[in-house]
Amino acid sequence: MALVKAMQRDATLSAGALGRDLGLSQPATWRRLQKLQAAGVFKGRRVKLDAEKLGFGVTVFLGVKLATKGRVSLDDFERAVIAIPEVQTAEHMLGLYDYRLRVVARDLADFERILRRRIMTLPGAGDVEANVLLSEERLPGPL
Amino acid sequence: MLDDLDRRILRTLQYTPNAAMHEIADRCGLTAAKVTRRLDKLRDAGLYRGQEAVVDWAALGFEVSVSLRITLDKTQARAFDEFHAAARDVPEVTEIQTFLGRVDVRLFVVARDMAHYQMLYRDRILTLPHISDIEALMLVSTLKSDERLPL
Repeated sequence: MALVKAMQRDATLSAGALGRDLGLSQPATWRRLQKLQAAGVFKGRRVKLDAEKLGFGVTVFLGVKLATKGRVSLDDFERAVIAIPEVQTAEHMLGLYDYRLRVVARDLADFERILRRRIMTLPGAGDVEANVLLSEERLPGPL
Repeated sequence: MLDDLDRRILRTLQYTPNAAMHEIADRCGLTAAKVTRRLDKLRDAGLYRGQEAVVDWAALGFEVSVSLRITLDKTQARAFDEFHAAARDVPEVTEIQTFLGRVDVRLFVVARDMAHYQMLYRDRILTLPHISDIEALMLVSTLKSDERLPL
């Protein structure tokens, strides 16, 4: 579990470097990493960039309801939504709305453009609720 | 301060984070040494902050993921700070976000199963300070989670 936590912090470290921090030998660390990989514990790697410094000043979370359930194909909506470059994450939810999207934009005007041209035009999109992200904290979780 | 080459490197890195430095360099038409030097510069400027492994909680036995949208009692001046501090102490909370909009705070919570979630919700979430309303949405599936920036 400590190994998973270390990988959450920095996925670029070698087995040797990871092992040194945890008091394990390089081969033992490597074997454990292989086991975790085989079990599908890591979905992949994510590059951490400073969105604001790179000119993306606005992050908005959208809750999207599908307009006419039954008549629209979820596949069509999902295929279209994941193809939008400004959509960073897309989750299918059960509850108040159907999909939760994380959208980045340069500023509010840019966000409006994305909302009008890309989100509102999605096949089957109905009500959209927007919440502007003010701050965010990621925690390691129950490890 | 970011030129086209920097943008190309970051774009390539975002799409192929597992690739070795020489592969990234190949794709960008640069030498590995040049890419490393540029990445070091971007790192020093705080633009590039390394890479993190994305954990699949289901593979670790946490089958239930819930997004909790919380409205706080804003008549309490310290509501945000106190809520934040208490939520941070719940190990099953993996994300805390604050918003401007209809919701104040959102927590992402993982649980082993519904019984575990119910216990967490009753004993650890409802007991957090200054909550005036909670809405729960359950995660059905994740379609995209790369968080790439459209550089």
